Amino acid sequence: MTVVDVMPHLDERWEPTPEGRFGAFGGRYVPETLMAAVLQLDEAYRAVRNDRGFWEELHRMLTDYAGRPSPLYFAERLTEQLGGARIYLKREDLNHTGAHKINNTLGQVLLAKRLGKSRIIAETGAGQHGVATATACACCGLECVVYMGAEDVRRQALNVFRMELLGAKVVSVDTGQKTLKDAINAAMRDWIGTSDHTHYCIGSVMGPHPYPQMVRDFQSIVGREARAQVLEATGSLPDQVVACVGGGSNAAGIFAPFLDDKDVTLIGVEAAGSGMEPGQHAATLSVGAPGILHGMETYVLQDEDGQTMPVHSVSAGLDYPGVGPEHAF
Amino acid sequence: MVHSKTNRVVARLAEKAQAKVGAVLPYFTAGYPDNATAAEFIRRADALGAPVIEIGVPYSDSIADGPVIQDSFNYVLARSYRLDDAFDLVRQVRESVTCGLVAMVSFSIVHRYGLDRFMRVACAAGLDGVILPDVPAEEAAATLHAATSANLCHIGLIAPTTCETRTKAIARTSTGFIYQIAVSGTTGERAMVADALSSEVAAVRRVSNLPVCVGFGVSRPEHVRSVCKVADGAIVGSGIVRRIGDGIEAGADHAQIADSVSAFIGTLTEAAATVES
Repeated sequence: MTVVDVMPHLDERWEPTPEGRFGAFGGRYVPETLMAAVLQLDEAYRAVRNDRGFWEELHRMLTDYAGRPSPLYFAERLTEQLGGARIYLKREDLNHTGAHKINNTLGQVLLAKRLGKSRIIAETGAGQHGVATATACACCGLECVVYMGAEDVRRQALNVFRMELLGAKVVSVDTGQKTLKDAINAAMRDWIGTSDHTHYCIGSVMGPHPYPQMVRDFQSIVGREARAQVLEATGSLPDQVVACVGGGSNAAGIFAPFLDDKDVTLIGVEAAGSGMEPGQHAATLSVGAPGILHGMETYVLQDEDGQTMPVHSVSAGLDYPGVGPEHAF
Repeated sequence: MVHSKTNRVVARLAEKAQAKVGAVLPYFTAGYPDNATAAEFIRRADALGAPVIEIGVPYSDSIADGPVIQDSFNYVLARSYRLDDAFDLVRQVRESVTCGLVAMVSFSIVHRYGLDRFMRVACAAGLDGVILPDVPAEEAAATLHAATSANLCHIGLIAPTTCETRTKAIARTSTGFIYQIAVSGTTGERAMVADALSSEVAAVRRVSNLPVCVGFGVSRPEHVRSVCKVADGAIVGSGIVRRIGDGIEAGADHAQIADSVSAFIGTLTEAAATVES
């Protein structure tokens, strides 16, 4: 069985500045009312970052509760059919709740407990992060409220049912395009009034610092395992690591442990939707421009006045008009 | 901060302080329900003695705003309102009002337009200050510099959750006045103004000589009275914007809406005038 370190460790140059900057990107652009909570979280996360006890506790939960490590699978028939690279799949879908999202939610819920918070809120697009948050809250006995765009509530009804089954309250958000971006707005507005007892469990490598760094670290278990597994299976590092990018958490997680491997090309794939015309895609890095959204400076799909533009993807959850600041950098 | 000429925000608030009367600072969403009517609201509020008027620039993803302001933003943006239209509104009223005009605008919009360019155009249009609700003190050095260079006040916000160290930092990056947020939450009407307000304003006064105006949740004459007892001014947004929205919904013509909004601001102004500061 593959053995990986329970702690993320990255070369200094991949870390953001104390203000949360990855180059020009990141930072904190939130209302003053939230700054106390954001700074409290930053301080708490800096404290646990080097606390092996915290990571060992998280690793026990990832192993015993979430079913890690997830397998690295050699997709033999896909490899044959495509006739090029040998293709390995990192099977994050085989985790408890069916996605990589549980890696992050268990980490954040553990941290929230240390902060003495009794209530967890989250946004969700497809519902995977919502289900993973509801699951972590059920496991740790915390109240859970999930904000979800009304359009996503409709197209992902099964996940709404799962969240409710796990004891979470799902709030359908009826503003804007009624998808992920609007669910994030609603969750932030909740947090502004409740941050004294509520932790906002953001589901991707986005938002104000320390979220992009913290979520990447929690998700880096994907890459730590994958790197060890591919070495074990093939005796060498891969030529390429490919991941889809919505907000970018699974990409950040699998990329992080390969950042120092100069011969490994890291490829993020964005949703082209039904065309590259405005409103038809969610290709933020490909055609967006630097802007401010949801507390961070990053690539954003905006009109020339700075208003967020509509986005589209057949995949609920990839339809996000921003992207994590580390990807922008 | 040294201004090349006295900034209207500074001058008008100083006059209120000298006269020892409380002030009401009304907030209007730019372009709501249209520029001509918004201009009429501003002129009449100025005539009622508002020292400073806030003009909210519509933004698609305003996190700090509650449902009333958000609805007004959505209404305006759905009618293809542009940032240039908001500057036009300021140009339309500038010559006919004596109050300070301050834009409440998300940094998303300012950043996209270009920080220095935004401040220059804002000043040329006739604005006297900016409130950037999503720029915390840590990120405020650049915005303060750009605003000050364009002779605009840079009005910082302090929340009930703000600690003493941050209060000092925000005071250092503020000019014109300090915006004390009355409640932990988004903008919107509330039944009460928090009891803790008086000690929060006192904490600001310990570190700053700037006037302190209080907003978020301040929506009734009795709120204005309790705010003006401890602070220099009461900022009223959602209470006004909801009346505009109700008028639109009821199909009232715009002159009627302007009458009802002015009458409401009149009751707020009277409430403020009864307070000796």
